[in-house]
Amino acid sequence: MNAMIRWLHGVTSPRTFYALAGRWQPWLWALAILLLGAGAVWALLFAPADYQQGDSFRILYVHVPAAILAQSCFVLMAVAGAIFLIWRIKLADMVATVIAPFGAAMTGVALFSGSVWGVPTWGTWWVWDARLTSMLIQLFLYLGVIALRGAFASRDGGARAASLLTLVGVINIPIIKYSVDWWNTLHQPATFTLTDRPAMPAEMWLPLAVMVLGFYAYFVALTLTRTRSEILRREGRKRWVLELGS
Amino acid sequence: MTPARRRRLGVLLALVVLAAVAAGLLGYALRSNINLFFSPSQVAAGEAPVGRQIRAGGMVETGSVARDADSLAVTFTVTDFQASLEVAYQGILPDLFREGQGVVVVGRLADDGVLQADQVLAKHDENYMPPEVADALAAAGKSPADYRRTE
Repeated sequence: MNAMIRWLHGVTSPRTFYALAGRWQPWLWALAILLLGAGAVWALLFAPADYQQGDSFRILYVHVPAAILAQSCFVLMAVAGAIFLIWRIKLADMVATVIAPFGAAMTGVALFSGSVWGVPTWGTWWVWDARLTSMLIQLFLYLGVIALRGAFASRDGGARAASLLTLVGVINIPIIKYSVDWWNTLHQPATFTLTDRPAMPAEMWLPLAVMVLGFYAYFVALTLTRTRSEILRREGRKRWVLELGS
Repeated sequence: MTPARRRRLGVLLALVVLAAVAAGLLGYALRSNINLFFSPSQVAAGEAPVGRQIRAGGMVETGSVARDADSLAVTFTVTDFQASLEVAYQGILPDLFREGQGVVVVGRLADDGVLQADQVLAKHDENYMPPEVADALAAAGKSPADYRRTE
């Protein structure tokens, strides 16, 4: 236990994290490119078409990973926000700062790809059902967190306000997840559940699994790279950073 | 954990719990408004207003779709297997519209109990499969909705 705390304490120092992330990031970028490339080719060329939707169902190979990432990012932001508020660890706030725009982008991709899928499938771009509306609220929460952080003159004030909003906004995550079970919605219920086998054959969900892992690898790689930039931006006057440049 | 940290953790937990309770109460108070559509049983029970625009949803009853030979007019019955609702519509139906498929219909209830639809949306279920699997299910006398329950 003590050894773990000591290790955690070391990693959360920006200087150590900068070096560690620098060593990990090439591998994660390579993994992301590999998984996304293989997943895209598999999903678009080799997975069978759906019996009802034909080829338009392939949109889910982007839609589902984007929606999963949009929600994972928010939960991670909330965890980072809590760590920052309770333990005052600056690195947690740096990570939360760089995740927010990525999460907002993923939410936008999920909403847009869902709309494009909705036109041939449902016959409409948009309905105000519980799933679509709660996902739109999620996008506004992301934008609110980003705006709130920037609205403060002091970095610490902005970080605290943004962390609090994230922790309140995390309530929306279970609402998005269970909206299709709690209410009548146009959006269909989950195809994948923990308790039941998927309502989709393996030849269709295996490429989806590769795409989801690829999106996660891309997310981790991007977060490492962007957190390193954020560290340099914030710690620019520290001696160890100045020594990097010399 | 130092006392200061424990206090901050307590405040945060209280904040999250309060926000969850507030969201839960809000959802409970608005529960009927959050539902996208009325089910045919709700319409039969008189819960849906007559003459105002509503949405109704259910399964298109097999054998109920009747198309007019000279126009785009079509009538069909929507069911939730407890009650059914007659729908009249004029226009182009979505590609996924077929008997046995879920739909959401936007329109007004006429006095005779028929829903005069302005828009018909197809509802997709959670099942995905290649055509061969769907054919095999049909040959075995099962519907694609049984996919999860078959091997």
